[in-house]
Amino acid sequence: MKRKWLLWIPLGAYVVFLAIASLGLKRDEQQIILSKMIGKPIPGLDLPAASSSNPAFSTKSLADGKVRLVNIFASWCVPCVAEAPQLSQLQQRGVVIEGIAIRDAQPDVDRFLTRHGNPYDRIGLDARSTMQFYLGSSGVPESYVVDGKGVIRYQHWGPIMPQDIEKILSELRAAAS
Amino acid sequence: MIAETGLAALWLAAVLAGLQLVLAWLTVSRGDQNAARLVRPVALAQGALTALAFALLIALFLRSDMSVVLVAANSHSMKPFIYKFAGAWGNHEGSMLLWVTVMSAAGMAIALFERGLDKATHYATLGSQAAISLGFYAFLLFSSNPFARLDPPAADGQGLNPLLQDPGLAFHPPTLYFGYVGLSVAFSFAVGALLTRKVDASFARAMRPWVLIAWIFLTVGITAGSYWAYYELGWGGWWFWDPTENASLMPWLAATALFHSVSVLAARDALRAWTIMLSVVAFAMSMVGTFLVRSGILTSVHAFAVDPTRGGFLLALLGFYIGGALLLFALRIGTVNEGRRFDPVSRETMLVLNNLLLSVILGLVLVGTLYPLLTEMMGVKVSVGPPYFNMIIGPFTLLLMALLVIGPLARWRRDDLKGLLRKIIPAVALAVVVLVAVKVVAGSQIGILPLLGLTAAAGVAIASVMPLVGRNLRRTPLFTWGMVIAHLGCAVSLAGMASDTAFTTEKLVAVRPGAKVDVAGWQVEFRGVLPIAGPNWTAMEATMAVSKGGGAPTIMRPQARFFSNPPTPTTESAQLTAWNGQLYLVLGDELEDGRWQLRLWWKPFVTFIWAGGGLIALGGLLALVGRLGRGWIRGRARARNAPGDEVLA
Repeated sequence: MKRKWLLWIPLGAYVVFLAIASLGLKRDEQQIILSKMIGKPIPGLDLPAASSSNPAFSTKSLADGKVRLVNIFASWCVPCVAEAPQLSQLQQRGVVIEGIAIRDAQPDVDRFLTRHGNPYDRIGLDARSTMQFYLGSSGVPESYVVDGKGVIRYQHWGPIMPQDIEKILSELRAAAS
Repeated sequence: MIAETGLAALWLAAVLAGLQLVLAWLTVSRGDQNAARLVRPVALAQGALTALAFALLIALFLRSDMSVVLVAANSHSMKPFIYKFAGAWGNHEGSMLLWVTVMSAAGMAIALFERGLDKATHYATLGSQAAISLGFYAFLLFSSNPFARLDPPAADGQGLNPLLQDPGLAFHPPTLYFGYVGLSVAFSFAVGALLTRKVDASFARAMRPWVLIAWIFLTVGITAGSYWAYYELGWGGWWFWDPTENASLMPWLAATALFHSVSVLAARDALRAWTIMLSVVAFAMSMVGTFLVRSGILTSVHAFAVDPTRGGFLLALLGFYIGGALLLFALRIGTVNEGRRFDPVSRETMLVLNNLLLSVILGLVLVGTLYPLLTEMMGVKVSVGPPYFNMIIGPFTLLLMALLVIGPLARWRRDDLKGLLRKIIPAVALAVVVLVAVKVVAGSQIGILPLLGLTAAAGVAIASVMPLVGRNLRRTPLFTWGMVIAHLGCAVSLAGMASDTAFTTEKLVAVRPGAKVDVAGWQVEFRGVLPIAGPNWTAMEATMAVSKGGGAPTIMRPQARFFSNPPTPTTESAQLTAWNGQLYLVLGDELEDGRWQLRLWWKPFVTFIWAGGGLIALGGLLALVGRLGRGWIRGRARARNAPGDEVLA
């Protein structure tokens, strides 16, 4: 065959593909979808009470100068069970925690709180994930540090585990100053 | 014990694959007859062991054995039986096990049934198949063990992705896998033939049924997947150019080109190097597709097993096997004799053009799929969506269809252009009539691509049955029928796509129960919404009474479902199929004031898309049966020592 080099073209093209693909694998995968709402105030929304023990929740009351942790949870959510002890611990250390129960029902939330503790100040029932949408949250559980003006300052993705407590506390302090 | 037995079976199968490779190598390179005798039994044992391992995994899922990581992560005791069953492969590890099971089953089939292939090439093929399997065993055992234990066992499982809890989808992935892995056989044949340097017509005849089988499975898999996406995702579309869809389309395009070129090689002993190249490319596309989807390198709705380390492993396998085969190709193909030459106006030329167009389309899809990855490395995030693909792929598809009008009518070796053009007059005439009629009726509201699509569909429909004209239909070979039906399927499918694109009516409304909505001549009465519960989901179900022209109403019930494990909302659209299209209803959210969002579509002739896909697959099946039948007759003739005439189809 006259043009032998032609036969090497497929292999060459393939090597280029392999190079691109392996570079692509090395790149940092952003698994966590960060909220676009960070640095912005929470939109105003009234949510009915999700449990028989805690009052209803309105985002309008957030701008009262107090820093809060807004926790998205649900009675059907297994990681939320894992998160519960850390929330109780945070509450004992003086953190005000507001709960938002996603696509939930009152008897279920009551049962969840009896079983896993109730660290919440108020709990709003977000039956259609409207609040979740406003917060830019992509899953349950998630937690948001909201400052005294009602502005979202920090998003914690997934359950708060023991090793996350210090980080959460420092974010709360940062939001207070 | 079941899990441990499964793992042991896998390890043993991997060892046997290694043994098969060594034995095949001894046979081919040294002519060792003792080794030769052992290759087939080892291939059979290896296949049996992986089948056992897969059966054991299914057993674990059926028993809901939550002490196995995979079961706990992907199943749930409350899940309906069929999804426990399908759950076995509805995840990364299980589907990779299915992959090696199919691959070693294909190895078994080559060992048992392949008779037409040259002896040495046969052993080389079995060796190559073992080599590929070996890599996938390593992948399973070292990075994706499906039998890993969970200690302590979970109380219950996390459930299967609800989108996958659908009867169609339970069998869609295995069908595609049969196709993907079936192409590994063609790949092994090519590697075998490169090693023994025996690329000729008899090699092509031996390879053709395998390519056809893989291609039929791919066709069915893609058609079913498209229909699933259409009714399950609730977007009313049937193809989204999602990376995963492209991942299945690319091997299909390569396989389509391959079995056309392998036909040229079988009939005329031409296109030797090109056929070998395509065999490698086809399997490469299967693996590239698997890699793209599994590594998470591209964002896709299907990326259910994203893990960069696995991606690295797959990429290494991909580099080793495909790179190795391409290296072998570059080194060896020059020593394979060039095939026969042919005239510019001939069936061969038409098939070469078909191959070129299919390759161009394949290349464009590949570039479009990888492009976001390239630009992201340069710091720009882009998404290449349907507009790119439709605009770029559309014209080439139309060219391919134009070729489909004339190609099958050309004679082998040499044809005269005038006679050929005369034969396509009826097809061209009808196409022109359709072009004018559609343009007059639809006016300026129809886009250029759908208009030409309908035109081409009409032309192809006529042209595809032309090969039957003037023939004794009873004596027409089955594979000619296969070709006719498959090509007709292309026309039907194209007509459906064009019609849906051009004439779909869409309506989005927010109404209270009791309201009536008109869409494309249908009266839809929204009667109300009720909550209902299924085995592992709850849903809001709408009741809609649908009628046309005052006829008796039909009740349609679209749902918004909510699965509890894992918590996921899904849309269950409702369809009403008429002869001339489908009414497609989706229930949306309830608004604050008690109104409900409804989405209504009238999609004229949309069902033609999948009916066409079915015809294409049926055509493939007829061709397969026809070829196997003829091969069998030929084999008997040879056995009687009566060399039969080579009949060229």
